[in-house]
Amino acid sequence: MSDFLKIQGLQARIDADGTPKDILKGLDLEVPKGEIHAIMGPNGSGKSTLSYVLAGRDDYEVTGGSATFKGQDLLALEPEERAALGLFLAFQSPVELPGVNNANFLRTAVNAVRRARGEAELDAVAFLKAVRAETKHLSMSDDMLKRAVNVGFSGGEKKRNEVLQMRLLQPSFAILDETDSGLDIDALRIVAEGVNSLRSPDFSALVITHHQRLLDYIVPDRVHVMAHGRIIHSGGPDIAKTLEKQGYTQFLEAAA
Amino acid sequence: MPAVTETRETVEKLAKSSYEWGFETDIEMDIAPKGLNEETVRLISERKGEPQWMLDWRLKAFRAWLEMEEPTWAHLHHPPIDYQDAHYFAQPKKKPGPKSLDEVDPELLKTYAKLGIPLHEQALLAGVEGAEERLPVAVDAVFDSVSVATTFRKTLAEAGVIFCPISDAIREYPELVRKYLGTVVPAGDNFFAALNSAVFTDGSFVYIPEGVRCPMELSTYFRINARNTGQFERTLIIAEDRATVSYLEGCTAPQRDENQLHAAVVELIAMEDASIKYSTVQNWYPGDDEGRGGIYNFVTKRGICRGARSKISWTQVETGSAITWKYPSCVLAGEGSVGEFYSVAVTNNHQQADTGTKMIHLAPNTRSTIIAKTISAGHSDSTYRGLVRMQPKARNARNFTQCDSLLIGDQCGAHTVPYIESRNMTARVEHEATTSKISEDQLFYCRSRGLSEEDAVGLIVNGFCREVLKELPMEFAVEAQKLLQISLEGSVG
Repeated sequence: MSDFLKIQGLQARIDADGTPKDILKGLDLEVPKGEIHAIMGPNGSGKSTLSYVLAGRDDYEVTGGSATFKGQDLLALEPEERAALGLFLAFQSPVELPGVNNANFLRTAVNAVRRARGEAELDAVAFLKAVRAETKHLSMSDDMLKRAVNVGFSGGEKKRNEVLQMRLLQPSFAILDETDSGLDIDALRIVAEGVNSLRSPDFSALVITHHQRLLDYIVPDRVHVMAHGRIIHSGGPDIAKTLEKQGYTQFLEAAA
Repeated sequence: MPAVTETRETVEKLAKSSYEWGFETDIEMDIAPKGLNEETVRLISERKGEPQWMLDWRLKAFRAWLEMEEPTWAHLHHPPIDYQDAHYFAQPKKKPGPKSLDEVDPELLKTYAKLGIPLHEQALLAGVEGAEERLPVAVDAVFDSVSVATTFRKTLAEAGVIFCPISDAIREYPELVRKYLGTVVPAGDNFFAALNSAVFTDGSFVYIPEGVRCPMELSTYFRINARNTGQFERTLIIAEDRATVSYLEGCTAPQRDENQLHAAVVELIAMEDASIKYSTVQNWYPGDDEGRGGIYNFVTKRGICRGARSKISWTQVETGSAITWKYPSCVLAGEGSVGEFYSVAVTNNHQQADTGTKMIHLAPNTRSTIIAKTISAGHSDSTYRGLVRMQPKARNARNFTQCDSLLIGDQCGAHTVPYIESRNMTARVEHEATTSKISEDQLFYCRSRGLSEEDAVGLIVNGFCREVLKELPMEFAVEAQKLLQISLEGSVG
């Protein structure tokens, strides 16, 4: 099934202090079922915008093009409907929810998604069992479940919490937006392992990153280079190594 | 206890107990003519079979009221209240109300449906005429509250706890009532307290003898046995030395009442080492989206820690009423006594709330804590108003106050008005205040995890209120959480 995630000519803009600013300018991308793709690109190329638009953040205005997921018009769905359909975005900067107990948040989210997918909700005991297995896997302390969502979490803890959510929500498509930023090498390995163990013929991911380093741990099937709101080059995992050595210049020149 | 059970129980009791309030059953006389004068006061006192001293007390309050003016300092706006255009004495039985559910505000019915309240109970809560008569059969089959009530009554009696309607107490325990009534909130304390003193008809009396820990949350008993929905309630709670009691008033199901003006008075008295915990969930009808038809709730609640090391704790969740004017307060007269005030006030649409507390530190080593959470949405306006006063003898007294406001949307208002008066150099007063908004980031984060927008708001708001909600009795905290969410539905987006 080649049209698992299919983006065609996607254009989007954001209102920057009253003047609309075009960020995505005709982006094409396909991620088939079971594949992990990476997007690399310089700052300001629109990588994060792409992830937000796919997840349904409404301060971006889609002005053209299309995005379908599992054959459905993704852009017509509410963010929570996209989550139910199997889309997951691991945030670059996870948001703090003061006073909201992390375990309670996770369980509310898991059950909301299960309900929408027509699955039975997890009771407190079943949920705790599931979550404990995952936290152990991610070397997270139980203490993080008792604290308020992301409040007072270190950068590494926040990212692990994102991966924890991803694993609990069991998405079929995950977007990881610079999940490697702010991680030391051990944390990076743990996070990457969390993603790799989801690899299956039914799971795809889009890994957005600045650095080749993450791709040592999560080896992508394809790498796309993004600049000026478009994918300007696509290829095998080797591109990442080329980028690391030579920078974006050659791709930018070739695209110009 | 889930809202449904509670409602069912309230409803069932109601259906059976229309005459249990010390009223003489006289069908012709079940409603007094409109208007308020000395005759009205005399009629109430006579109908309730009160002794002369009680009538004198009421009349004194009434005369004081005549000399007083409605307070205008609160941040509230409403059309003038015509005190002559109301009935001050009415049997609960024959109430003018909607003829059927079709005449009830559909928004209110939606809320009932969300709380899971069956149709026939909705009719009763909404005050549909004749609903009470139609009820008992349906509910009887489900639950036999009489036997439960009897068990409770027996348990309380064995412990020596007195818990009864205040009207009964005036007749059966006159010496106790006379000794304490009006000692915390004097009849002439303020305009609304004076009015209440003159014409109160409902309310509870609680007396916990020395050394007794009340064997149950009085809410449990209370919600089955009494109907705390009077227009002018009067509640008096006394905890003798080393006595402990937890009392809960209110109901999470929104309740309608044809009386727009409510003016309750609650007095708490804690002796040495005694502890009183008073929790409220107030969910009076707030009016429609434009605020029409909502309840005006002017309440005077005050407790005195008379004995050393005594403690009074107020917890309130205020979601209802068109107007809320309410300042549950503590007078800390006993050395080392403790006062607490935990509050969540939610306003939506055109609701207005001016609420807070007063902590009056009279004795050395007294401590008080104030945690006030204010949530405003829609076109509503909410004010926290709090006084902390350290009197000259309040050596080493301490207060900590935290006021947090959460705004939803850009049409609402939140105000914090702290008054701090310290007359003792060793006393310490701390005040922290924050104002924040639910951010788009937070909403989007939650929604991207599969939560609906309304669930997301509910989760964020409940997180914001966590410090207060955890003070509520367990069974009620759950209902209160649900209630907060329902109160804010439609406030975002």
